[in-house]
Parts: sequence; structure tokens; C-alpha cells
Amino acid sequence: MKSKVRALAPALLASCLAGAASIAHAADTIKVGILHSLSGTMAISETTLKDTMLMLIEEQNKKGGLLGKKLEPVVVDPASNWPLFAEKARELLEKDKVAATFGCWTSVSRKSVLPVFEELNGLLFYPVQYEAEESSKNVFYTGAAPNQQAIPAVDYLMNEVGVKRWVLAGTDYVYPRTTNKLLEAYLKAKGVAAKDIMINYTPFGHSDWQSIVSDIKKFGSAGKKTAVVSTINGDANVPFYKELGNQGISAEDIPVVAFSVGEEELSGIDTKPLVGHLAAWNYFQSVDSEANEDFIKAWKKFIKNDKRVTNDPMEAHYIGFNMWVKAVEKAGTTDPAAVQEAIIGVAVPNLSGGYSAMMPNHHITKPVLIGEIQEDGQFETVWQTSGLVVGDAWSDFLPGSKDIISDWRRPLSCGNYNVKTGKCSGQNY
Amino acid sequence: MGASQFFWGRTTVAVLRFMLLGLLVVAPLSQASDNPTFDQGVELLKARSFNTKTDGVDKIAASGHPAAAQVLVYLLKSDLYFRESDQRLVYGQRDGRNYHISDALTSEDLGTVNKRELDKIKTNNRLRAHIRSTIATLNLTSPDAAVRLAGVSQLLDKPDPDAVDIVRRQLDQESDKTVAEAMRTVLALEDIKSEDKNTALGAIEQLSGSLLPAARNGLQRIADNSTDKDRKRAAAKALSAIQTKLQMNELAETLFFGLSLGSVLVLAAIGLAITFGVMGVINMAHGELIMLGAYTTYIVQLLMPNHIDLSLFVAIPAAFVVSGLVGIGIERGVIRFLYGRPLETLLATFGISLILQQLVRTGISAQNVAVENPSWMSGSLEINAVLSLTYNRLYIIVFALIVFAALLVILKKTALGLQVRAVSQNRPMARAMGVRSAWVDAMTFGLGSGIAGVAGVALSQLTNVGPNLGQAYIIDSFMVVVFGGVGNLWGTLVAGMSLGVVNKFLEPWAGAVLAKILVLVFIILFIQKRPRGLFPQKGRAAEG
Repeated sequence: MKSKVRALAPALLASCLAGAASIAHAADTIKVGILHSLSGTMAISETTLKDTMLMLIEEQNKKGGLLGKKLEPVVVDPASNWPLFAEKARELLEKDKVAATFGCWTSVSRKSVLPVFEELNGLLFYPVQYEAEESSKNVFYTGAAPNQQAIPAVDYLMNEVGVKRWVLAGTDYVYPRTTNKLLEAYLKAKGVAAKDIMINYTPFGHSDWQSIVSDIKKFGSAGKKTAVVSTINGDANVPFYKELGNQGISAEDIPVVAFSVGEEELSGIDTKPLVGHLAAWNYFQSVDSEANEDFIKAWKKFIKNDKRVTNDPMEAHYIGFNMWVKAVEKAGTTDPAAVQEAIIGVAVPNLSGGYSAMMPNHHITKPVLIGEIQEDGQFETVWQTSGLVVGDAWSDFLPGSKDIISDWRRPLSCGNYNVKTGKCSGQNY
Repeated sequence: MGASQFFWGRTTVAVLRFMLLGLLVVAPLSQASDNPTFDQGVELLKARSFNTKTDGVDKIAASGHPAAAQVLVYLLKSDLYFRESDQRLVYGQRDGRNYHISDALTSEDLGTVNKRELDKIKTNNRLRAHIRSTIATLNLTSPDAAVRLAGVSQLLDKPDPDAVDIVRRQLDQESDKTVAEAMRTVLALEDIKSEDKNTALGAIEQLSGSLLPAARNGLQRIADNSTDKDRKRAAAKALSAIQTKLQMNELAETLFFGLSLGSVLVLAAIGLAITFGVMGVINMAHGELIMLGAYTTYIVQLLMPNHIDLSLFVAIPAAFVVSGLVGIGIERGVIRFLYGRPLETLLATFGISLILQQLVRTGISAQNVAVENPSWMSGSLEINAVLSLTYNRLYIIVFALIVFAALLVILKKTALGLQVRAVSQNRPMARAMGVRSAWVDAMTFGLGSGIAGVAGVALSQLTNVGPNLGQAYIIDSFMVVVFGGVGNLWGTLVAGMSLGVVNKFLEPWAGAVLAKILVLVFIILFIQKRPRGLFPQKGRAAEG
């Protein structure tokens, strides 16, 4: 019998090498899906996150893996194509049977994969700041909700800079529109008159900012301190700041606080026109803590490039990955249902020297930092919240969502519970 | 912002440096003395709130402590720290990973320490602006006109009665015209609040026609709040005079914006006007040829990091050669097999565009790269307080016109141009006359591609340089060429400029997104009516 098997083995190997190997593999590894665009427009931001995940998995494997098994990354490329995100997500869950997926950047890509993760009961860790108004059983939002980024930034400008007039400038898509609607409601609740708020939208990749900057300049010359709250998306920022500089508007005249400009974006541009302008994040590479120093060192070593920077979504993946690891250890299995239950309440160190915890609404606690852009493309923290801020899935400032809460613990187990009517909307998000 | 636009730009740095030097000289160094106001002020700097810190700065400035000015200057430069061990106020200079510190009051050398042992006193925009203005108002009597102007300009934004008195005394001796004008505005702004009616009316008269935002705001306050009818009427009249002037300036500004947007469109489209317009090749990789030009600028700047100001002059010919050669390669390698088959050409060149993009993405970086602006391209030319033309846009308008003129000369006055026109009008006849049509095709395509590369150099100064740069301009380029009339260079110029101007006039009331849509709808309708564009080609060539 034995010899027969031996005799058969080469034939078997030759005929179905790939199949056999993958079955053998699946038995002693835990697969982790990485769903980030490696080509197309979003590759600029998402490639870094793929590398971050590979580094985190490698480090975890060096520590002995998880539940005695090695972690195995499964990288797919959804190519900045939103429908392809859903297809690739299905592939990860059905074919590769990943235990958890880390991925997506734009809100539209997240919305595209959401039904897939809910249908197949997968786990998605989403690392980017977003507009909230969502809470899915299957998604863990490790990036900032508006109350962890936009609202504190506005508070800072209002209280510490004395801003009286507001320009809300954004790229024309869902994140800026929702955020600006929320900020407008918030500003009005704080007593800002409608004529002191200017809202402006521009197309993706807008590069001709002359008229808009000139309008901002006029808007800001009414004798009241003016600031720009920018939800302008990555690429369009450089020409915007250049135009501000060229038209003679300095950060001291009209400061711009941005929610999409981080170290990574700054590393590709001439930073001179941006110096002194602001950004609000939950992490800066310049944060002074032991954990951060180790993380930066490990990153530079892993990517083999001393010039690469770290940024906020990378920290979000760091936190999310460690939370998942801890939850799996706590549950003793990678079964999504068990992990969903175990992960709530899990707290892991973040990179700014504190601990972040997973809340029942699948959002996490984070500090909020306001930084000024420096010549070297780094941020100097000028202000930060005194404690951690809990991510709010449903904003308290929008009429449609202020009565809604999300709590995925039993017995409520609802992401969309209306406290007034006492009903769960039934939809999963 | 406000009146500080008087000295925005490059002079700011020079002015500041001068102020700092002046202060350092007047502040003799001495041991810390018993000065409770100063100590309170320093104590307030430890607060987290910037409002409290601002109070601290005011206390320090008012304390009369001999080291006060020096401490403020250190704070302005963000070089002021508390030493954690004894809360001593120190001045720190970065020295590698450590800091070299000295006592902020006595300048006593305290050695080198790790940054963990220091607490930085953080400043923000507003605090720095406050410190700057505190320092500036002390400089109204400075011998340097630029410094005086800075000081006066600060007063326009934040009037300070004591300083206004100094201005009143200084005005007679003021020799510099600009500074005197600013001083008169400051005084007028103070006088419109005067009890004396004649003084107030005189001041309103003085402010009438001034384009400074501070003047406008001051008048608006009188027009809104004054209880006296005469004053109210005078202010309203002055305001309407200002309004008329403002509108004129706004019109001029919008026109400039339109022309500059138009010149970008012309630059991006003019290479296509040759490859598509003259040769009839639908080149979807045109945008990527522009991108290659922009990347050439980046590489030129990498090679000559110390001569950024000159880099563009090297980059222009370099980009022409690089994109031109790639263009010739595309023509010889792919397009020449596909003449007369527009659909295949479209697909093939679209494929080439994807290949070029991915080559740059893997070869250089998926990230955008930093192309620096030469110093002569930054800043703006100030016509008056509300109208300023940015230098980079001015240069690009001029550059677009030069490129256009050069192309026109090549096509109309050179042998190559003659052959190009001959081949495009009647290929068999041109061949019969001994024109090597294959060679002419390659040269024409190379010329169009090279011009695209040159456009890339100009665009690198305005927008991001990344793998996706080309995609942003390909649609606009086709739009301009089709609108202008295929095969007509003048059409491209007129179409580009008019689309730019129309876009900019629509933008203020329709918004950037809608303006673009409106322009597209307009072009669709226009093409329905006149399928051959603004300047259709006439004669037999048009039929072929």
C-alpha cells in the first residue's frame, strides 16, 4: 500500500500540484485578505496600506503566528474599479476563505463590498477617515468618523484661532458632501450665520483654482477671521495650495485645515506653499512615543527605503490588525461570528502612546490631533484633545440620524436603532 | 488677511528678518530681574490654550523686561522650550537628534540635551500673527520703508490708539508715497469714528475709492450703524464708488483667469491639433506624452538641484526631445500600420497610453513626484489692492502664445511644414512630387508629440506630476481641437481661449462642476450645428 502511494505520488504531484499544495496550505495557515488597489488612480494611496499589512503579518508570524498557525496574506488588486472591489471581495471570501479582510479606501469602494461581506458574513477592517452614517455588523471602522476629525478641527479653529467666517471647500463626492452638510449644521448650531458660511465643490482632480481662491480671498476680506475647512481630495490639493500662495494668502491670513492631506500626500510635492496650514488626524508620524518610534523603524526596514513616511490610515491598520489578533486569541477561533462578539471591548496600544478600544458600534476610540505642516513634509502637533474620542456612527447634528444609535452587543444587535421609535430599521447597516 | 496684503509675498521674509535683527540689537542681555508681569507672562506660556498663551505674550510685551523682545523672537521662530527638570525657559537649537540649549533670558550656555527633556512651547498661526503684529507696531519709526509699511499695515487690521498717535506725528515726515498713503488710510479709518462731523466727513471722502478691504469694512460700519444721516449718506456714496471700481477689477480678473485657463487648454491641445488635426490620427496616448514632458522636468530638476531657477530652460528642449522620440517610436512601431483604420488606431493608442502610465508607475513611483517652482514663477504682480496677476499664469499665457507662433512658423515657413501640408492634403500627389510621405508622417507625429512634451513642462508648474496627469487633459484637448475645427491651428487657439474665458465667467454663478458641464453641453450643441467646428477646412482636403 505504502509503496503504491509512493509510486503514485509523482503522478499526483504532476497532475494537480497547485490544488494539492493549496489544500495542504489551508490546513495549517490562517488566511488574511488584503483588498487594496495596486493599480489605477487609488494605487497612489492604497499600495502603502498593502505593504503595511504585509509587514504586520510578517511581524505577527515572527512572534509565532496566531493560535499556533502561521498567517498567510492573500493580496488581490481591485484596480481602483468599484465593481471589481465587490468581485474581488467575493473571491477572497468564497475561494480563499480568508478569516478577515483589511481593505478599501474610498467610501464608494466600501459601499460596493458591503453587501458581499454581509451576505457571506466576512470581516472587513476599514482604515480610512469617512463620513459615517453607517454601521455594519461585518465592518470595523478603524479610521476616523467626522466627530473624530472634522468636528474637533472646527472647534479648534473656533476657540483657539477665533475664526468667524467659514469656507467649506470639497471635492464633489459623497465624503465631502456628507461632511460639509454635517459641519454646516454644526456651525449653525454654534450660532454662525448663513452668510458667514461659503460652500464650494469642485470636480475630482480640479487644477484651475484661480477663481475659487479669488472668491475665498474676497470672502475673507470682510474683516472677520476666516478659515477654510478642506475636504478636497488628495490630487487636487497641490494646485489649490499653490494658488493660495501665489495669490498671496498665507496660513496666517486664512488658514486651511485639511482632512485628506497626510504625510504620504506631502511626500510627493513641493511643500513650500503649504507650510503653516493645518491638518486634523488621529496620528502623525511626528508623534513622540516609543511605540511610534518602533513602528517607523520597522516600516523603513521592511520597505527598504529610509525616505518613506508613515501616516494615519497605516496606524488604523496597525490598530485594526492588533485588535483582530487579540479578538481571535480571546475567542480561540477565527470564526467571524465569534470574533465579532469577542472584539467589542478589546483595547490595544495605538501609536500615540495610549490605548484604542473597539466600541459596540464598531468604531474605535482615538485621540484627535491638529498639526501644522512643516517644510519637511511632517506635521507639528499644535493641539490635541485631552482624552480619547469615541467614534460616532450616526451624527448628532444631522436631523435624519440624531436619534439613531448603533450597538452590536446582544440583545440589541442593531446598527441602526432609533431610540425615539424604539425600532431597529432592520437594514444591516 | 485684509490690509496686510500690502506686504504679502517675498518681502515678508526680508521685513521680518530686519525686525528681528533690530530687536536683538535694542534688547541688551541681562540677568533675570524681578519683574512680576514678565514672570506671569512666562507662566501663562505653559498653558495648553492658545488664548492664554496670547495673554502671556501681551504680558511679556508690556513688562518692559529687557529680554522680552528676545523671548518673543525665539517664540516666533518656535525655538523656545521649558526644561523639564527645573522649568527653566530655554532657547533650543536642533543639533542632529539632540538640542543645544541656552538660557532664554541670559543666553547662558546649558549644553546639549535629548528632546525628551524639553517641553516645546507650541505656537499656532494666530499666535505667530499676534507676535508679529506686536513686534511690528514697535517699528513705525524704523528707517526702512518696508518695515514701516508692515507696521502701518498691521494697524489697518488691528487699530491701536497709541500707535495711531505715532502715525499722526510721523505722517509729515514720511517720504515714501506708499507708506504715506497707508498712513492716511489708517488715520482716516480712525477719524470716521470722530465726534466732529467735518472730520468724519473728510475722512469718508478720503476713504472713498480706496480698494483696501479695511477701508471698505470701516465705511460699511458707518453706513450700517451711524445715527447721523449725513455721515450715513456720505458713507453709502463712498461705498458705491468703491463697488463700481471693484466690479471693474473683478471683470479684469475674471478675464485674466479665463485667458490663463484658455492658454493651458491651448498648450495641451496644440500638439493634438497636429497629430489629430493635420494627420487625422486619433491619438489617445497624447495625454501620456504630456505626462512624459512633466516627468522630464522632474528628472531635469533631480539632475540640477542647485539651479532650480534655470531648470525649466533645460527642461523645455529636453521634454520636446523625449516626447518627440517616444512619439516617433509610436508612429513607426504602431500607428503607421493602422492608417485609415481609426477604430484600431484609437484602441492601439489607448493601450499605449495604459502601458506608458504603468511604466511610469513601476519605473519611477506610483506616488506623485515633487516638481519645484522656480522663484521667478511664484508670487504675483500687484496692480492694486484687489487685483493681482499671478506670475506663473502670466508666464504660461506668454509661453502658450510663443509655442503657438513657433508652430505656425514651422508649418507655414519651413520645408517640413510645406511637406506636412502637402501630405495631409493629397498624399498620392505629394508622393508623386517626390515627398517621402512615410518620413513626413513620422516627423509630423514627432513634432506634435514633442509639443505635447513642452506642454507637460508648463503643466508641471501648475498641477500634480503623477502617472494620471495625462488623463486629466486628454478629454479637454480633443474638445478644443474639435471645437476649433480639425486641421486649423488658429481654430485651436481661438477655441481654447474662448472656452477658458466662458468657463471662468460661468464659474462664479454656476460653480466649478456645473460650469464644466455647461461648457460641454454647449460644445455638443455647437457641433450639431457646425460639425466641422469654428474654422472648418475648405476645399478638396476637407473631403478626404
